[in-house]
Amino acid sequence: MSGTDAAPALAVEGLTKAFGGLIAVNALDLSVGRGEIVGLLGPNGSGKTTALNLISGVLQPNAGQIRFAGHDVAGWPTHRVARLGLARTFQLVRLLDGMSCAENVRAGLAFHRPLLTRAELEASETQLLARVGLAGYGPRAATDLTYIDRKRLELARALALRPRLLLLDEWLAGLNPSELLIGIELIRSLKQEGLSILLVEHVMDAIRSLCDRCVVMSSGRKIAEGTPEMVLSNDAVIEAYLGAPLDA
Amino acid sequence: MTASQISAALAGLAAIAALAFVPSLVDAYYLSLAISLLQFTVLATAWGMFSGPTRYVSLATTAFFGVGAYTVAVLGEQMPWPVVLLIAACIGAAMAVIVGLSTLRLSGVYFVIFTFGLAELVRQIVVWYEVNISRVLGRYVFVDITPSDIYWQLLALCVVVFATGYLIARSRFGFALRIIGEDETVARHCGINVTVSKVALFTITATFMTLVGAIMSPRWTYIEPSIAFNATISFEVVIMALLGGAHRLWGPALGAIPLTLLFEFLSARFPATSTLIMGVVFLIIVYALPAGVAGLWERLRAWPSRAQVQSAQA
Repeated sequence: MSGTDAAPALAVEGLTKAFGGLIAVNALDLSVGRGEIVGLLGPNGSGKTTALNLISGVLQPNAGQIRFAGHDVAGWPTHRVARLGLARTFQLVRLLDGMSCAENVRAGLAFHRPLLTRAELEASETQLLARVGLAGYGPRAATDLTYIDRKRLELARALALRPRLLLLDEWLAGLNPSELLIGIELIRSLKQEGLSILLVEHVMDAIRSLCDRCVVMSSGRKIAEGTPEMVLSNDAVIEAYLGAPLDA
Repeated sequence: MTASQISAALAGLAAIAALAFVPSLVDAYYLSLAISLLQFTVLATAWGMFSGPTRYVSLATTAFFGVGAYTVAVLGEQMPWPVVLLIAACIGAAMAVIVGLSTLRLSGVYFVIFTFGLAELVRQIVVWYEVNISRVLGRYVFVDITPSDIYWQLLALCVVVFATGYLIARSRFGFALRIIGEDETVARHCGINVTVSKVALFTITATFMTLVGAIMSPRWTYIEPSIAFNATISFEVVIMALLGGAHRLWGPALGAIPLTLLFEFLSARFPATSTLIMGVVFLIIVYALPAGVAGLWERLRAWPSRAQVQSAQA
């Protein structure tokens, strides 16, 4: 993989997806560098989640390239993109509720190469649960968890894929202020380990403190790109969110 | 293996050995009843192995069963019996792969309707072939297979179907199926090839159904499409598996045994209205026992221990 070392973790070019007459994502260009956190912002319905679904193979794009791990994965089925090391969490937390916490993590560990032995699986489960702050929760039912712990478990399952890129779809949404600090710290620590992250987020504090760069979408198009300070003071961005500039 | 697992395995082996002696102990009527019990146990268990984790309701049972029966009717006299069974299994598997690839992307009710139509389609194809090409409608099954042979073969198939289910449940494949049953989207994002998993499982279970049809075929001596492709079998198998509980390997057998006895009794006693009574039984099961006997058993077992768990957590 020496040839791809200099390449970004993800490079999207001209990504387009139309549902009938509605163009949900329109010629989107987007890149995530190695070890970088990029925020994908925009008002509701601007195409952020559709973009994540295109990148992770849930939806097939009408046009565009998605360079990931040395391949153009546009149009690939989800499981192949996942096996290449693309992990994600969902806007509404999706756990395997009939299973234990350990089994939820095992779901992320068990199906990509190289296949792990039973002992390796168990060791990795323990380590990943501890990594997200759920040490000792292995045998518990996933349904027993509180909201933030459900988010942690979903993150542990995503990390179990040993991702080259992590897509977080509003992972911090719905947390209370003290939980938010814990959540931000957790994501920051992932970046410090060198993980590349693309996050869709509405929580401004999180965007400011985590993102190296932000891309703002509105009506399927990219309308701004830059550091959080730059884009959040951009007139077009403010107008997209609020309709017109307002005094606080 | 723990001590309880070893004793369960020994008990299972003893039960199989005891069941193997049934043909020498009972008369023709009870042997025929025992054959029916085994037939529906294998069919319902195979059905549950697929529908339990995937939650697809398949009405294609009789399509595979009938293909197995017809393969024997056509080839039975020309080849040794094991070869005939092998060919039947291969035809059933090939049909399952084609059907699986083309239908397992369908969801819910569309799949149900397609599988129901499939049985009728295969039947019509066979009728068309027999009328226009081979110029016979109805065939005599002349093979040297006694009812005792049928019984022993079904018993062996029953052992194989349970062993297969047990091994799948303990394997990575079985874990993938559980995840697919919980949430297909999550399964895909975990790197599981959902389509291949479902088609593989559908093919394995359909092969068992085909083999049941093939083994049962000599019992009729005369066979025609309406006998081999009898839609009632598909419905009976669904009812049995749901009564027993399709989410456990041993669940469908718990439904197959009492319902086979019940249907046997009804069709002997009330031949005209047995289908009507079957329908009522089906409604009662769906309303009263949505998780089947297996689910009821688990609820009853969890009753005393749940209070302990909650107090331990508090």
